[in-house]
Amino acid sequence: MQAAKIFSFHGGIHPAENKAQSLQLPLGRPSLPSELILPLGQHIGQSSRPLVKVGDKVLKGETIAINNGFLSSFLHAPTSGTITAIEERLIAHPSGLSDLCIIISPDGHDTWTTLEPLHHWQDISKTDVLAYLSEMGIIGMGGAGFPTQVKLQGAYKNPLTHFIINAAECEPYITADDMLIREKTLELVLGIEILQHLVQADHVVIGIEDNKPTAIAALQAVLGKRNSKIQIAVVPTKYPSGGEKQLIQLLTGKEVPSGQYPADIGILCQNVGTCVAVHDAITFGKPLISRFTTLTGDALKAPQNVEVLLGTPVAHLLDYAESEPKKLNRLIMGGPMMGYTLNSAAVPIVKTSNCILAASKKELPPPAPEQACIRCGMCEQACPASLLPQQLLWFSKSQEFEKAEHHNLFDCIECGACSYVCPSSIPLVQYYRHTKSSIREAREATVKSDLAKQRFEARKARQDAEAAEKEAKRLARQKATPSKAAEEKKAAPANAAAPLAAAPATTDESKKLKVDIAIGKSKLKKLQKQLLEAQENEHVEEISNLQLQVTEQEKAVALLEEQLAKTVEAAPIAAEANATKPAPAPVNDELKKAKVDVALIGVKLKKLQKQLADTPDDQELKDKITTFEADLKTAQDTVSKLSDSTQTTMSASTTEPKTAISDELKKLKIDAAIAKAAVKKVEKALKKAEEIQAPEINAIRQQLKEAQQRADELENALANPATTTTKTETIAEVAPNSVDADAAKKRKIDLAIAKAGVKKAEKNIQLLKEQGKDESEIEASEWPKKLIEAQEKLAALEAEESTPVTTSVATHVEGTTEAIAKSQAKAEPEMDLANQIKKEKIAVALAKAQINKLNKRLESAPEDADSINQEITSTEQRLQSAEALLEKLIHSQTNLQENR
Amino acid sequence: MLTVLLAIGILVLLSLIFGAILGYANVRFHVEGDPIVDQIDALLPQTQCGQCGHPGCRPYAEAIANGEAINHCPPGGQATIQALADLLDVEAIPLDGDHGTETAKRVAVIREDECIGCTKCIQACPVDAILGAAKQMHTVIADECTGCDLCVEPCPVDCIDMVEVGVTAKTWSWDKPQGIAATSLNIIATDRQTEVAH
Repeated sequence: MQAAKIFSFHGGIHPAENKAQSLQLPLGRPSLPSELILPLGQHIGQSSRPLVKVGDKVLKGETIAINNGFLSSFLHAPTSGTITAIEERLIAHPSGLSDLCIIISPDGHDTWTTLEPLHHWQDISKTDVLAYLSEMGIIGMGGAGFPTQVKLQGAYKNPLTHFIINAAECEPYITADDMLIREKTLELVLGIEILQHLVQADHVVIGIEDNKPTAIAALQAVLGKRNSKIQIAVVPTKYPSGGEKQLIQLLTGKEVPSGQYPADIGILCQNVGTCVAVHDAITFGKPLISRFTTLTGDALKAPQNVEVLLGTPVAHLLDYAESEPKKLNRLIMGGPMMGYTLNSAAVPIVKTSNCILAASKKELPPPAPEQACIRCGMCEQACPASLLPQQLLWFSKSQEFEKAEHHNLFDCIECGACSYVCPSSIPLVQYYRHTKSSIREAREATVKSDLAKQRFEARKARQDAEAAEKEAKRLARQKATPSKAAEEKKAAPANAAAPLAAAPATTDESKKLKVDIAIGKSKLKKLQKQLLEAQENEHVEEISNLQLQVTEQEKAVALLEEQLAKTVEAAPIAAEANATKPAPAPVNDELKKAKVDVALIGVKLKKLQKQLADTPDDQELKDKITTFEADLKTAQDTVSKLSDSTQTTMSASTTEPKTAISDELKKLKIDAAIAKAAVKKVEKALKKAEEIQAPEINAIRQQLKEAQQRADELENALANPATTTTKTETIAEVAPNSVDADAAKKRKIDLAIAKAGVKKAEKNIQLLKEQGKDESEIEASEWPKKLIEAQEKLAALEAEESTPVTTSVATHVEGTTEAIAKSQAKAEPEMDLANQIKKEKIAVALAKAQINKLNKRLESAPEDADSINQEITSTEQRLQSAEALLEKLIHSQTNLQENR
Repeated sequence: MLTVLLAIGILVLLSLIFGAILGYANVRFHVEGDPIVDQIDALLPQTQCGQCGHPGCRPYAEAIANGEAINHCPPGGQATIQALADLLDVEAIPLDGDHGTETAKRVAVIREDECIGCTKCIQACPVDAILGAAKQMHTVIADECTGCDLCVEPCPVDCIDMVEVGVTAKTWSWDKPQGIAATSLNIIATDRQTEVAH
C-alpha cells in the first residue's frame, strides 16, 4: 500500500457537507414492508422482461425478470412472497410518471432460494463470469445504473492502466458509501480483487474524500492485513470530486476526451457499492436485492443509513426514520445537488437510490426567483467540466441547439455547481437538461423522419417499378398487334405494287385506313380482354357494359375494313385499265376482301349467338342472327365466285403466248394456296356451325366440298407442270364445271334457308307452347302457317337437289379429298369445342351470378318480390339450359377424345 | 502617363487572373441538383401525409423552393415553420388552418378483431407501416407509423383509431424553466423601501 499522487480538476464548490446527521446511528435494517414495488427499468437501457405472472410464489433471490437485449439487466425477488400484480406504478423518476412494476406481497418468511455461488471464478473464462454477473442483476450503483457486465466488456477494448474505485461520495448529506465501507470493508476489498482479476489493470486505486476518516482507516487496516497492492488515494473534499471524470482527473491527471468513455483512455471506474454487490454475487451467489441508502434531512427524527430491500416504498422508510410530516417540505431522491424532488412517497427504492432527503423548508428553501444573467463569470469558475455555462445558457434560452452542442453541452455532468454559485439564482442545470432532452428528441425525430423518408422512397420505387413493368408489358402487347398490322400494311402495298403507280392517292387512303384499323383492332383486343376478365370475376354489370363496347368497336373495325377493301378494290380497277397482265392480282384482292367479309360476318354471328345463349328469349337477336347468317352466305358466295373467276382468268390466260406459262405456273401455285386456305376457312366455319347447330350447316358442308375440290384440281394442275397445255385444257374444262357447281350451291343455300325456316317455325311453336299458350292461340299466330310453307319449300328444294347436284360436281370429288378433310377436321373441332365449352361455362357463371344478385335484391327489396321471383325463375331456366348445353359439349369433347 | 497605363495594365492582368480562377472554381466545384430543396426536405417531418396538398414531403419542399408558403405543414407545426423561416430567411408565419391543425404525435392502431383484411389501408400507407394480407388481420407497426391519418379514411369498417402517443418515463423530457419573472421582484432593498413609502 502506497500513497497515490493526487492531481486537481477545474472548478468545483464547497457546499455545507451535512453528512454527520446520518452517521449518528448505526446501520439500520427496516422491517419488511407490506408490499415491494420493483420497476422493470431500474437500469440504463432496455427494461427487463418479467419471468413471472400474477399469483406466482417466489422465493428470495429468485429471478423475476430477465434481460431484454444487450444493454439490460436481470431482476430478482428481494424477499419470498407472492406476485400480486404486474402493473404501472409511480416510479422514482424526475418526471413523476408511472412505469411497469412487479408487485410482490411478502410472506414474512424471507426464505432464500437455492444459491449457486461461483466458487471457481478464478478458473473459468471471464466471459462466463460477466454473464454470471449479468444474471445476478448487478448494475452500477453510483447513480447512473449502467449494467456492470457491459461496462466491464467495454473495458476490454483497451489495456487498462487504472482501475479506480469511486468512494469519494462528494454530494452533501449522502453517507451510504461511507457506511458501506465501514460495514463491509472486507467484502469491498474482495470484490475489488475479483474485478481486478477480471480487468487486469496496472493500478488499482480507491479514490476517497478526506472527510471519511473512519472509512479510510478501516480500508487501510484491511488492505494492510492482506498486504494488498490496492492503493488508497485520499482526495480533498470538493464537490464534485465523486464525478467519474473528475475523479479520474484527480487520480490520474488525465482528462476523458469529449464524447468518449474512460475505457477509451484505459481507465475503468466502479462504485464501492458495485464492488460489494459483485463480491456477494460471486462468493455467496446472492443477487442484487438490497442496497445501502441514506435517510436524512431535518424532517427525520432518526436520520441514518439503512440496508434496504429493493422495492421498499419510500413512505415505509420515512416511517422507519420517524419523519415529521409537519416539517417535511421537500422529499428528494438523491442529494441536494443532483437529486430530484419526489411528488409521492409511494415510489420504491431502486438499485440506484443512494439517499432519501426529507428536507424542511428552512433546510432547503424554495429557489430564489431567477434574474437576468449579469455575466459575472462565476459559473465558469465553478464548472468542473471546463465549460462556458453562461454561453450555454444563452444558446439554451434562444433554442440555438447547434451552437449549444458546439459548446459541448453534452459534456455537462449536471452537477449543479454553476447554479449553486449563480448570484442571479438562474437554474442553469434545468436549462441544460431541457436543452439536452430537446436535442435528443430532435435527433430521434430526425432518425424517425429519415426512416419514414427511406420507407416512403422505397415504396415509391417499388410502385414505379411495378408501373414500369406493366407499361412494358402493355407496350409488348401493343407491339405484337401493330406489327401484325404493319405486316398487312407491307403486304398490301406489295400486292398492289404494280397498280399503285397508277393510283397513288388510293394507296395513301388505304394506308390511313389500315392505321385506323390497327388502332381499332388494338382497342377491340383490349376491350375483349377486359370482358374476359370481367367474366372470370363475374362482374355482371361490367360485362354487359363491356359487351356493348366490344360490339361497337367491332362494328367500327368492320366498317373501316370495308372501306379499306373498297379502296384496295378501286386501285386494281384503275390499274386494270392500264395493264391486263396483273389482272389476277385485283381478283385476288377482291377474293381476299370477300374472305375478310366472310370472317367478319362469322365473328359477328358468333358474337350474337353468344348473346343469344345468354338471353334465349330475345327475338330481336334471333332476327339479327338470321340476317347475319344470310349475309354470311352471300359473302361466302362471293368468295367462291371470286375463286371461280380466278380460275377463269387463268384459263383465259392460256390463250396468251407460251412465255407466260411460267408466270401462270406461279399464279397457279398462289391460287392453289388460296384455295387451300379457303378450304380451311370453310372447314372452320363448318365446325362453328356444327357447334351452334346452325341451320346452314349443310350449305357450309357443300362449300367445303367445293373448295376442297378446287384445291385438288389446282394441285393436280401443279403436279403436271410439264403438260401445261393439257393442264390449261383441264382447267378450261373445269370452268364450266365450277359454273355448274355454282348453281348447285345456290340451290343448296336455298335448301338450307328453307330448312332453317322450318326449324325456326318449329322452335317458335315450341316456345309458345312452353309459355303455356292455348292451342288456339298458337293456331292464331302465323307460325304454324309459316311452318307448313317452309316445309313445302324444303321438300321442293330437296327434290330439285337430288337430281342435278350429284352429276358433274360430285364426280370430281374424290375419296382422297374427303380423307384430307377428315384429318384436318380432327384437330380443329377439339379446339373449337374447348372454346365453346369455355363460353358456356361463362354463360353458366353469368347466370349464377345473376341469380345471386337477384336473390340479394330480393332480400333488400321484398316489396318487389313478385317481379324479382319471376326474373329468378327465368334466369334459372336459362342457367339450366346453359348447363345442359355445357354438359352436352363436355360429353362430345370426351367422345372426341375417346375416338382419338 | 506611363504610371497610369502601368497601373491599368496591372489591374487588367489581375482581373483576368482572378476571373480565370473563379471560372475554374465554378466548373470544378459545381454543385449538382438543387441543394435548397434537400435542406427544406430535411426540415419537413416526412410524415408523407399530403395535408399540404402535395403527394409527399419532397414535392412540398420543391414547392417551397419555388415560392409556396411555408405554413402548410400541420404535422411539423410551428417548430417546422420556424426552422423553415430560419433557413429561407423569411418571416415565420402562423400555421395555415386550411391545411389542418397541429396535433400531438399520434399513431394508427387497428382494432384487430374488427379488421376484415381488405388491404385498403396497406395500399394507403405511405411508409409501408401496415402489415397484413388479403383476408388476414392487419396490424400497424407503431415504430414505423408517422401518424399521417391516410389509412383511416379508406377503412371500410372504420376499425382504425388514431391514438396519441403518450409520454413515458423513457421519452419524458425536462421542462424549460419559467425564465426571468415578468413582474418586479422587489429584491433590492431600496426598491422595497420605495414601495413602502408609497
